[in-house]
Amino acid sequence: MEQPQSGEPVFEPTPVDEDPVGSLRPLDPKRFGPAEARHLLWRAGFGGTQQQIQLLVEWGPAKAVDHIVDYDRVPGDTPDLAAFDSGLIRPATPEERQALAMARRTGDQETISRLQQERQQREMRDRAQMGEIQKWWLKRMIETARPLEEKLTLFWHGHFATSYRGVEDSFHMYMQNLLLRKHAAGNFGELLHAIIRDPAMIRYLNNNESRKGRPNENLARELMELFSLGVGNYTEKDIKEGARALTGYTFQDDEFVFQRQNHDNGGKTILGVRGNLDGDGFVRAILAHRACAAFISRKLYHYFVADLPAIERADDSDLPTWQRAVLREMASILRASRYELRPLLKRLFLSEHFYSRRFFNEQIKSPVQLVVGAVRSLNTPVRDLSILNDALDLMGQRLFLPPSVKGWDGGRAWINTSTMFVRQNIMTYLLTGRRPQGYDSTARTERFDAMSVLPAGAKTPEAVVDGVLNVTLGQRPSVVRAALLEYMASRNNRINNETVTGLLLLVTAMPEYQLC
Amino acid sequence: MRDPFTRREFLRNGLVMASAAATIPAFLNASAKAMHAVMAGLSSVPGVPDDHILVVVQMSGGNDGLNTVVPFGMPEYYRARTGIGIPERDVLKISGGDGIGLHPAMAGVKEMFESGQAAVLQGVGYPNPNRSHFKSMDIWHTANVEASGDGWLGRYFDAECCGYGKGESGLPEDGAAGPPGIAIGRTAPLAMEGRKIKPVSFESADLFRWAGAQVDENLGESYSALNRRGDGSVESKHPDSNASFLLRTALDAQVSSDLIRKAVARRPTTTFPQTDIGRQLSMVASMIRAGLKTRVYYTSLGSFDTHSGQGGAQGRHAQLLRQFSDAIRAFYAELKEQRNDGRVLTMSFSEFGRRVAQNASQGTDHGTAAPMFLFGPMVRPGIIGEHPSLRDLDDGDLKYKLDFRSVYAGILEDWMKADSRKILGGSFRPAVLVRKS
Repeated sequence: MEQPQSGEPVFEPTPVDEDPVGSLRPLDPKRFGPAEARHLLWRAGFGGTQQQIQLLVEWGPAKAVDHIVDYDRVPGDTPDLAAFDSGLIRPATPEERQALAMARRTGDQETISRLQQERQQREMRDRAQMGEIQKWWLKRMIETARPLEEKLTLFWHGHFATSYRGVEDSFHMYMQNLLLRKHAAGNFGELLHAIIRDPAMIRYLNNNESRKGRPNENLARELMELFSLGVGNYTEKDIKEGARALTGYTFQDDEFVFQRQNHDNGGKTILGVRGNLDGDGFVRAILAHRACAAFISRKLYHYFVADLPAIERADDSDLPTWQRAVLREMASILRASRYELRPLLKRLFLSEHFYSRRFFNEQIKSPVQLVVGAVRSLNTPVRDLSILNDALDLMGQRLFLPPSVKGWDGGRAWINTSTMFVRQNIMTYLLTGRRPQGYDSTARTERFDAMSVLPAGAKTPEAVVDGVLNVTLGQRPSVVRAALLEYMASRNNRINNETVTGLLLLVTAMPEYQLC
Repeated sequence: MRDPFTRREFLRNGLVMASAAATIPAFLNASAKAMHAVMAGLSSVPGVPDDHILVVVQMSGGNDGLNTVVPFGMPEYYRARTGIGIPERDVLKISGGDGIGLHPAMAGVKEMFESGQAAVLQGVGYPNPNRSHFKSMDIWHTANVEASGDGWLGRYFDAECCGYGKGESGLPEDGAAGPPGIAIGRTAPLAMEGRKIKPVSFESADLFRWAGAQVDENLGESYSALNRRGDGSVESKHPDSNASFLLRTALDAQVSSDLIRKAVARRPTTTFPQTDIGRQLSMVASMIRAGLKTRVYYTSLGSFDTHSGQGGAQGRHAQLLRQFSDAIRAFYAELKEQRNDGRVLTMSFSEFGRRVAQNASQGTDHGTAAPMFLFGPMVRPGIIGEHPSLRDLDDGDLKYKLDFRSVYAGILEDWMKADSRKILGGSFRPAVLVRKS
């Protein structure tokens, strides 16, 4: 056992052999130490500084979790709908349509080509705006005082995965982000009712083409398969009837529109509920289904606690009993609260289960988690958001462009030999300002004060190495510690910005740094 | 009778050894891999199919097909292109061309053509063409007219076990003998993105490594030690944990990086043009020579969006075509020198062609169908398909003759030996593009 240093959180080696407790019974507050606070900060947010860890420990778990989950009490701005241009992508005006029709009749190629070019230019501007919105969100995640709000918004973005690739309207993507944000820790039922009215979702899953007599089943299917129940809990007939219920749910410009004349108002039976169901009736039938709370619980657990295999590959019966018990308990809490998310999140973040050492440093950071977490926990300069945004793309997580309606697979899918270097090199960029090649080399370089990550009074190489390991990994594997001490020795054990930056470069390039 | 101890048999034996030890970190397979890497560099063994390689050259921006493969025999061409049409006397005539020839800047392609190593696929496109660069490019990349889903080559990797499978040497590598797909460029093309398999991409091989060593060279040694712990020297109590998985991948990344950088560091013996596409193809040639197991390489060449001042026999577009054509010629000259030319098929495409009529700015706007090129001694050479009619147009645009997914299907089936229906998610009649040997 190593000796604790004064004022420095100490992390013990992780005993992982014991199974986590199979219930959500609360953690004994006395056991809420720096390691637990660190775990909470990384999982319910994007990590934190040593000072923030210390503060949460002083607060104790109840106050810490309230502060994180009841984030609406923390001052923060609501994004302004008018912050981006809503008019880039729009249907042709009557004048434009007339001009085009006229040009086609008279064979006026010049006008046809001019109108097409104008449209293409608007599309180009819209793609540029999508890039701006990506950077806006990334910046928000980096700066927010309400990390759980962003983390949940990202969760719902991956859950109700909608891609700009199918929507091609950056403003609609922005609107959807505001919607997910609004309900992020609110009520899942309300969110489900709202999502079938979201223009981006309607466009992405082609519901704007769905009308009486010719229903499009895309939204109805994904609503049950991916958004609420999971495969095996509905039939093909439920999809057909559900699609009829959703007919006429479309949008005009930036607004949801219910087109009564296109809606199929006939009788339907969906998930055993009979009636002249419309979209809301369909959603109510889903929310009344037992599988819904279990499905959402499982996804939240996967996001916040530990990797679970995709539900279509392994259902709950393939999981160990202790995990099944926790998932059952989560689902019943969610049912009891009528889909209010906060009570469930609080119970989870206060539970002994959540703080099982088995889960510490065993989640693979998503690219967003890596980048945002590094800036927030090390206080590096933000540098150039465009470069960070490009790196997210290279690491496989383009905001607003999930790969499919299933969202990001996450976990080990983030990691391969190529993304490994991108992950290491974006850390080099954050720490030193050294740009990945191919970028303008005249961009500004801010100096990072590496010494600021060290605890006060770290005067020996050992104290410096331990300080760096605590803030980056939250653990001090002996092999790693020895390698880092060797590096310090090779630099004559000088403790300065250069050598501490060197240590940080080494540690953030390690496989372990990809975990939280 | 075939020698029973063929390369394939030999490798299969090696494979059994490797898979029996699935829990052993990648490093312990290193000797099998090293042996394999050496063998892949050997010239072909009679009777055993060599591993085929596909090289993609993307022409971004919408290449003007009509000024690339010029229908000089059609009077409508000159009527539609009064300012930028290529005069008949400048067109490079090709055997079997019959009123069809190549842009004068494409001497290299003509040479390939005349030696039976090039094919022109006429009028390639798809129904209801999209004229947005972004969308149309995605359609080509996903082989899906909705532009949704994973990339077509990514799906090939996913379906065919990284492309190392079926009919070939059948070694399920985990990256150390070269990743299944390499894209030269800052970002990986969607086409290469699979659900499971992701491509490696780098602008220059120098970037496929840790940048920290360039900040402080003293760091290199410690970095290497820390990132090569996945070699089994540190015993893991939990080999199934994410931590162990990361240790193994970090090691694979180091090995891959060494392999690729070493490969690219050895310059080709032949000369390549000093252009970006020349540089890209020279890197690819080096990696092929080094015997990487990579099955697909992706390169690209931009600026084809010639809305104004496109030029004719000379000018902007001519320069781009010259770069393309010269680089291809140099690439195959090098491959021939390596005796790898027979293993490499190169395909070029652009997201769309351009409108038949030039616009008011001596350029062309976004159009539809366009020719594709295939190169390599194994392609079925010549002009494949008919040139689209310049009379029977669709609102001023060419009607496509050949669906690009049939081209993909032909390449997947006959070159990559893969099941195109599974990969393309539909049944597209495979175009016959490869010589029957």
